Amino acid sequence: MRHLAFEGLAEKLQSTLKKLRGAGKLNEKDVKDAMREVKMALLEADVSFKVVKDFITKVTERAVGHEVLDSLTPGQQVIKIVNEQMTELMGSTNSKIIFSSKPPTVLMMVGLQGAGKTTTCGKLGLLLKKQGKNPLLVAGDVYRPAAIKQLQVVGDQVGIEVFTMGDKVSPVDISKAAVAHAIKSGNDVVIIDTAGRLHINEELMEELADIKENVRPTEILLVVDSMTGQDAVNVAESFNEKLGIDGVILTKLDGDTRGGAALSVKAITGKPIKFAGMGEKMNELEPFHPDRMASRILGMGDVLSLIEKAQTAFDEKKAIELERKIRTQQFTFDDFLDQLQEMKKMGPLSSILEMMPGMNASKLKGMEVDDRELVKVEAIIRSMTKKERQNPDIINGSRRKRIASGSGTSIQDVNRVMKNYEQSKKMMKQFAGMEKDMKKGKMKMPFFR
Amino acid sequence: MAGLFKKLFNKGQENEQEEIQAEETEQLTDEEIEAILVEEMDQAVEEEEQEVKGESPDSFFSRLKDGLTKTRKSITGKLNGVLTSFKSVDEELFEELEEILITSDVGVSTTMKILDNLRNRVKEQNIKDPSEVKELLKQEILAIMGEDIERLEDQTPAVILVIGVNGVGKTTSIGKIAAKLKASGKKVIIAAADTFRAAAIDQLEIWGKRTGVDVIKHQEGSDPAAVIFDAINSAKSRKADVIICDTAGRLHNKKNLMEELKKIYRVIEREYPEAHKETLLVLDATTGQNAISQAALFKEAVDISGLVLTKLDGTAKGGIIIAIKSELDIPVKYIGVGEKVDDLQDFSSIDFVNALFEE
Repeated sequence: MRHLAFEGLAEKLQSTLKKLRGAGKLNEKDVKDAMREVKMALLEADVSFKVVKDFITKVTERAVGHEVLDSLTPGQQVIKIVNEQMTELMGSTNSKIIFSSKPPTVLMMVGLQGAGKTTTCGKLGLLLKKQGKNPLLVAGDVYRPAAIKQLQVVGDQVGIEVFTMGDKVSPVDISKAAVAHAIKSGNDVVIIDTAGRLHINEELMEELADIKENVRPTEILLVVDSMTGQDAVNVAESFNEKLGIDGVILTKLDGDTRGGAALSVKAITGKPIKFAGMGEKMNELEPFHPDRMASRILGMGDVLSLIEKAQTAFDEKKAIELERKIRTQQFTFDDFLDQLQEMKKMGPLSSILEMMPGMNASKLKGMEVDDRELVKVEAIIRSMTKKERQNPDIINGSRRKRIASGSGTSIQDVNRVMKNYEQSKKMMKQFAGMEKDMKKGKMKMPFFR
Repeated sequence: MAGLFKKLFNKGQENEQEEIQAEETEQLTDEEIEAILVEEMDQAVEEEEQEVKGESPDSFFSRLKDGLTKTRKSITGKLNGVLTSFKSVDEELFEELEEILITSDVGVSTTMKILDNLRNRVKEQNIKDPSEVKELLKQEILAIMGEDIERLEDQTPAVILVIGVNGVGKTTSIGKIAAKLKASGKKVIIAAADTFRAAAIDQLEIWGKRTGVDVIKHQEGSDPAAVIFDAINSAKSRKADVIICDTAGRLHNKKNLMEELKKIYRVIEREYPEAHKETLLVLDATTGQNAISQAALFKEAVDISGLVLTKLDGTAKGGIIIAIKSELDIPVKYIGVGEKVDDLQDFSSIDFVNALFEE
């Protein structure tokens, strides 16, 4: 019922701006009408009133007088600008824990009651353990009944030691002792669970400041329930002011909330959201993807991907064909040439690849293609015969010589292109494998759209 | 009328300033601050009662007022600010009122509905004084919140099923409800049917000890329906009046978990047909618009009889309950205002709205 209302935003926006078709530029009145709809959508998604206001102001500035791209309707153009602004505000992927140069790295989890701190401690511990760390969980919630027991059970599930001194010792002393214990027993990461508390509870907020003072945590992570409403800004602001948080973990994102709190918290604290809790199982803590969150908050992922498709010159059919070729390992120089043209439009290869999770940037060394180089490469490929392009294996020494003189380049240049092609082919094969691993429909390769 | 309101508003603002000063004095302990706050609230209420003739002191109101102080202060404080700073009833006033309702999590559609009605009435009655608009706004919200609702403890034997998403405060609320029912002379049994979350059973047992109530439990990971089956049988043999059933927190969009809930509900209906049934959905007051989705989907699975709105002692305003009442017609039965055993209060719609708008 509610969701239908959300899904209507894209259509509403487009119909609001339909009359503008062909006018060329977005005018102030039309943008203002559209912004009313955007505002409502953001508020329905629980983005803070104040943040929405700022956001609308910025988008309006950006949109008024903006050219409407040939391939887009004015409505789509506005949505595009809204999405860009939102993505900018959400920041880029930053799901890394900064480890201390002098172990142990101490992570301190803070937040309101019921946000999911204890569960997240276990999940984060497991994640770091899988990365080869040797974490220690610290039971610092001495207030909530059975909180210590809960952490112990969680620790058991993930096979991580839990440090506890019962509920009669102050969390400050527990934390200090825990770090000492970690140093002695070789734990390189210490994750401190703390009791849930209200941000307006001075005494308990002071306790957190005390822990911070005494153990100097490497990172303080605020755990926020993704279903939080307008209060999210108050909570984030108070915790950040009192403690200076380093990042946010968003929990319960496997629910159906629009998650506007994510935007509010990011806008208010400027701190990155690092991870998202995506389920009840201990391995369900995932790196946070700001771009996905942006389209989730806007509630029009379909329209956004449509817009992307419209503006990407990449031919869908070509992409499918290319994908098939890669799978069957028939990637030819013709395809390589196509790919190079596409890269020219999409920006440097390395930056595209960096956006992809699980991609190791160091693998891309030597793969970079700059524009001048691209001209050369193009000339070289165009100097190949059709047969050579389709079947590069036949390109022997004398053919290389011919290609070099035909394209006005050196044999070394031709050799480099051959090498690049081989690497590219290899990389494409890796992608194809990677895509199979990825959950169906969850993510698409930027190349193969 | 207008003069009286102005007087009340001014006084409210003075009190607020004093309270801010008190909070700034760092030497004071929380208890002392609390005492000052309560004292000031009492004074305010007494003065108010002297001025507003015909409004007798109400024990219900006085119990509610502590918990609602913050909610009331934040909404009314802002509201009064708006209403005194505007000289005429114009679109700007409505925009400010819109902001107040939205930032209280009332939600866009319900806010629009309330304000549309308010606009019409202001036009019909040709109201020129902003302070009168407040009275009308209160009436609008009151109309949505509706009449008082029946109390739980009036009917026995009863089975109370407590449900909700993760982390809203189900287990804590159960401890508090158990204490409340026990204090009213009922024999209570708690069924520890959250067999999923780590140490949920231990947490409930601690509440059982605190309140002197028996807890029926199985192992972690066992079938929750089986726990409830056992609890019903022991309640019958021990002649308990009320069984309170804890359940694991579950997100409302998880089909299998909602099916599990339906199964639990069926067991209760089948095993104890003669008992009065209550299903309380626990909502976190800090939750935004997703609370409507929660209420709607839980209601689809089981017949919800009321809400427990927790964590109202923070800065969240819990305005979402107005939207839930408006869209799904589910009333609120209890509010949670702290971590202590007696920090659970009966909810009454009328008093809630009154408390929101009276200082």
